[in-house]
Amino acid sequence: MGTVWFMIVAFMLVCYVILDGFDIGAGIIHFFVGRDERERATVIRSIGPVWDGNEVWLLATGGTLYFAFPQLYAAGFSGFYLPLIMVLWLLILRAAGIELRHQLDNPLWTSFWDFVFSMASILLAIFFGAALGNVIRGVPLDATGYFFEPLFTDWSTTGTTGILDWFTVLSGVVAFVALAVHGASYLALKTEGEMNERARRVASTGWYVLAVVTILSLAAVMYVRPQILDNYYALPIGWLIPFLVVASLGAVKYFNGKGNDKFAFTSSSVYLAMMLGGAVYGLYPDVLPALDPAHSLTIENSKAGAYGLGVGLIWWPIGIIIALGYFTFLFRTFKGKVATDDPH
Amino acid sequence: MEANLLDRIQFTFTITFHYLFPMLTMGLAPLIVIFKTLAIWKKDERWNEVARFWGKIFGITFLFGVVTGIPMEFQFGTNWAAFSKFAGGVIGQTLAMEGTFAFFLESAFVGLFLFGEKRLGQTLHWVAAFLLFLGTWLSGWFIIATNAWMQHPVGYESAPDGSVQLTSFWSLVLNKWAIFEYMHNMGGAVVVGSFAVSALGAFYVLSKRKAEYGKLFLKVGVVAGLIASIWMLFPSGDLQGRMIAAHQPVTLAAMEGLFDTREGAPLVLIGQPDMEKKRLDNAIHIPNMLSFITYQSWSAQVRGLNEFPPDQHPDNIPLLYYSFHIMVGLGTIFIGIMVLSAFWLWRGRLFDTNWLLWILMLSFPLPFIANTVGWMVAELGRQPWLVYGLFRTEHGHSPMVSGGNVLFTLLGFLGMYTILALLYIFLILRRIEHGAEEMGVETVEEGY
Ligand code: HDD
Ligand code: HEM
Ligand code: HEM
Repeated sequence: MGTVWFMIVAFMLVCYVILDGFDIGAGIIHFFVGRDERERATVIRSIGPVWDGNEVWLLATGGTLYFAFPQLYAAGFSGFYLPLIMVLWLLILRAAGIELRHQLDNPLWTSFWDFVFSMASILLAIFFGAALGNVIRGVPLDATGYFFEPLFTDWSTTGTTGILDWFTVLSGVVAFVALAVHGASYLALKTEGEMNERARRVASTGWYVLAVVTILSLAAVMYVRPQILDNYYALPIGWLIPFLVVASLGAVKYFNGKGNDKFAFTSSSVYLAMMLGGAVYGLYPDVLPALDPAHSLTIENSKAGAYGLGVGLIWWPIGIIIALGYFTFLFRTFKGKVATDDPH
Repeated sequence: MEANLLDRIQFTFTITFHYLFPMLTMGLAPLIVIFKTLAIWKKDERWNEVARFWGKIFGITFLFGVVTGIPMEFQFGTNWAAFSKFAGGVIGQTLAMEGTFAFFLESAFVGLFLFGEKRLGQTLHWVAAFLLFLGTWLSGWFIIATNAWMQHPVGYESAPDGSVQLTSFWSLVLNKWAIFEYMHNMGGAVVVGSFAVSALGAFYVLSKRKAEYGKLFLKVGVVAGLIASIWMLFPSGDLQGRMIAAHQPVTLAAMEGLFDTREGAPLVLIGQPDMEKKRLDNAIHIPNMLSFITYQSWSAQVRGLNEFPPDQHPDNIPLLYYSFHIMVGLGTIFIGIMVLSAFWLWRGRLFDTNWLLWILMLSFPLPFIANTVGWMVAELGRQPWLVYGLFRTEHGHSPMVSGGNVLFTLLGFLGMYTILALLYIFLILRRIEHGAEEMGVETVEEGY
């Protein structure tokens, strides 16, 4: 049952990254695609009714993690204390940026919140990437089952590690570029005319950078955590994942070139899912590897009691099916392109 | 400073600030459904404008509720790791269900309600308003069930590793404590919402701008306010008090400032607890009343603080005592205000009775205070326990997070929330200004 919940949490995390990923991505390239105040309003309108729902996936993932693996939640969240609280601040600022800009008809006010929104999106993407990097690298858990990492130490991946080292920074960069491309594909899908062309151009230029950093990061993972391949050798079907990473990356370029925004966006969603999926596949059955493997948190030693997990298997599917229903309805109600000249 | 204390200060500050927003949204949501219903039922477009106006206030407040709520959920892990490790096997259940059942619902329908009126049409727009109401009230349920378990743990067993694990889902979700706490707490939210609606109605009527709309606000606000205010005292407040008497007798003694065990204990109206001399100074009281309201007998024995070992006493008795008395005092005032207003409304004279309108207009902050001190009662009364009788607050914080780090984030939250508070007040005042201009003219679809 632990494994089932491991997959459920991973599934929810993937949903979060794909969904909130596109509105964070839109924030990253906000100023590239939206050249003037009117166009930036369009960017905001394209994510306006949906970003909050997307962010709820983060909360729901957090809640489910707490529910299924309380030990992991306690150790992980307190260990990443500072960066997590900073993520909270960034989430607050970003939400303020999206929702407050249209409250006042004053160019200084709107450009200020545009800047806040974009900056917070950029930093969030980097933080999330770095967080994933930490999980892959392993953290200094000790025998008490806790750890605490400062923001940075000497930038190396061994010894007294910090949240940021060369590897986790690289992961942050990958996340930044990947979400920028993802967000550009989304904006291309939602806009028309000049903005649509600009979004496509951002996606296609960004793609080259993404291809390079993806390869770099895969190589870096092999170097920092070679054990990640164990599962792949044990159960070779896993090799499908890296294959799909490459295939979806190619597809992003192909559909972008063809001007098929819908498929380009779908491909970049698959790419994100596979990048995360690859990491998750390699980690199993660890949920938070320690630098000293004896102290790693695994599904077995961090999961909640069997009765509680069993009950969850009843309500979770019900809840999630209903939720998928709302979101389908929501996205359909607001489907189609957003016009640039709407009064705001 | 010691980490545990700083963790407590940070949690208290962030939760108190967070709850200021949901208490308004949870209170407004049912009123908005009423406005929408009136619009469709009476085929009167003015009610739709009222619904839209309060929908916008709701939208801004909701946003602030969301951004300040996210830190709450994270802080269980970041600041209270030992507690999470201990209790996660139980309360993870309700917190995860809140995300799955309530937050998805709210966040999907808030967008549809605020921006989808044209695309949805009137009937579906009503449905969106209703589901939004359902979402906020469901969210309230799960969080109250979580808190109720900490007040009155049920349906769990101790696991070999020292943590607690769930053994009965239904006793957690339908905890008796949660039912009473929910009844009382949601009533408190409706008091906030209805006072806000009435206060703004009074403002529009008094300032003779959009008085027509002000009157609509007042009609709904006063009726809802009357029902909710009475509900706070009876039955819900009374039931809360009896739960405390039955399960947390030390807390009751501290709330009432009762130091010595007594038969026929008096109900204190005013007085200052003196913790050194262990007595209540300058007390004004009603004889035998406390025995009567807690045990329905004029001479029943009520146990005082001195009967319990000091290490079981709540650690801030004076604050607990004052919080309780402020809550009950304000509750009594609310009933008074609303009974008068409802009477004048019924006689058709409320809109010309300026002194009463002034009172209604100026009283809007009081329910926020009453709810906040109410939570102080609940949470200070639970001390020194984090989970009543099972787990002490002093053991709950994250063991590896040092005081210096917590101070850093506490200061950050202080700064961030000060700015948020200023922004919120600014935006709401602007809405109130604009509302006066927009209502009654053809409204343009606003939004992103
Ligand atoms: C408008 C707000 C408001 C008003 C007028 C009242 N309350 Fe209250 N009270 C709350 C808002 C509130 C609250 C904030 O909603 C609390 C905190 C926890 C809860 O469930 O409700 C609360 C808690 C609370 C508790 C503590 C429960 C616990 O420890 O878990 C008691 C004993 C009472 N109330 C009793 C009363 C009585 C006898 C009132 C008489 C008028 C009263 N309250 C008015
Ligand atoms: C009595 C206590 C509380 C009540 C009744 C309450 C209620 C609500 C409500 C109704 C909302 C929806 C947003 C809004 O309407 O403003 C909300 C938001 C939120 N609350 Fe609270 N809350 C309480 C305390 C807490 C606590 C202790 C936590 C931490 C676990 C928390 C976490 C959240 C989160 C994460 C959100 C954002 C949800 C979203 O994105 O839709 N709340 N709260
Ligand atoms: C929204 C209304 C709430 C308010 C105003 C509130 C207020 C407080 C206060 C004043 C404290 C500090 C007590 C002390 O340290 O002396 C506290 C602590 C705490 N409360 Fe609440 N609370 C609320 C709701 C909740 C809910 C719904 C939960 C659970 C889900 C919760 C969980 C906690 C925890 C974990 C602590 C920290 C440990 C402690 O100091 O006891 N609170 N809260």
